[in-house]
Amino acid sequence: MTSRFLFALFLAIPAMAARAETPADFLNAYQAEARQAQPGFTSSPQRGEQFFRRVGGKDWSCSTCHTDNPAATGKHASTGKAIEPLAPAANDRRFTRADKVEKWFKRNCNDVVGRACSAAEKSDVLAYLLAVKK
Amino acid sequence: MKTNLALVAAALLVGFGPARADDHERFPLSPAYQEECGSCHVAYPPRLLPAQSWQAVMAGLDKHFGSDASLDAVKAKEIGGYLAANAGRSERLAAPGANGGVNLKITDTPWFKRKHRDGHDGLSAAVWKSAAVKSPANCAACHRQAAAGDYSEGNIRIPRGN
Repeated sequence: MTSRFLFALFLAIPAMAARAETPADFLNAYQAEARQAQPGFTSSPQRGEQFFRRVGGKDWSCSTCHTDNPAATGKHASTGKAIEPLAPAANDRRFTRADKVEKWFKRNCNDVVGRACSAAEKSDVLAYLLAVKK
Repeated sequence: MKTNLALVAAALLVGFGPARADDHERFPLSPAYQEECGSCHVAYPPRLLPAQSWQAVMAGLDKHFGSDASLDAVKAKEIGGYLAANAGRSERLAAPGANGGVNLKITDTPWFKRKHRDGHDGLSAAVWKSAAVKSPANCAACHRQAAAGDYSEGNIRIPRGN
């Protein structure tokens, strides 16, 4: 009985570890979601870069805090606190946890564009950030 | 030899223990508070605002000093509980005024103003305006160990105003 339980646990551990996500997983998931509304949609790093630098209603863009170089250390627009690099090439902790990714897209899209970002916009931004080299 | 070492260790504990456990300068840290609130600004000591102020801050996180700082319900409950449990009780923290008499800013409290008045510990308008400080919310500019919850006098280094 005990050995069966241990065996089951042995099988379960790699499955638990596999739950950690990669930036590419998020890109693919957002792209798949965007395709439901727009068949044939393909994420674009160029569109992502334009979106990243576009200034929204409050005179903020993503790059206001994250700078024009997402591989560099950013700075919070109101508090001045340092923000670790956003590009996965420069910071391997970025885009590895769904709760954090969703939390920051929700907050920051609201701050910059005054609404939630679409799946297409998120996948474009991911494509751009993944294309940024260190 | 062993005894000697033990004695030295005991002396060190007696000598430095009370200074390190400078109770009113430190506060219990909460990983959730540090992570969620400390990502945009220093995780301010909870005892610097009364419980009703923290309650008002938590109720308005979607419009938090010009930013959306909203939290999911689980995190909001955990952090709200931590802030309530560790909130300040001094009447010098109440700053009647805007928001129905419940102040949202630590910098509006009589306690903060007195502690950071001009001339006190070398503070001046130039220091506040300097590039190194810029905002009174930037505690760590002078309280160098603020991120670790340590605001003790020994760890204050005021940058030169220029």
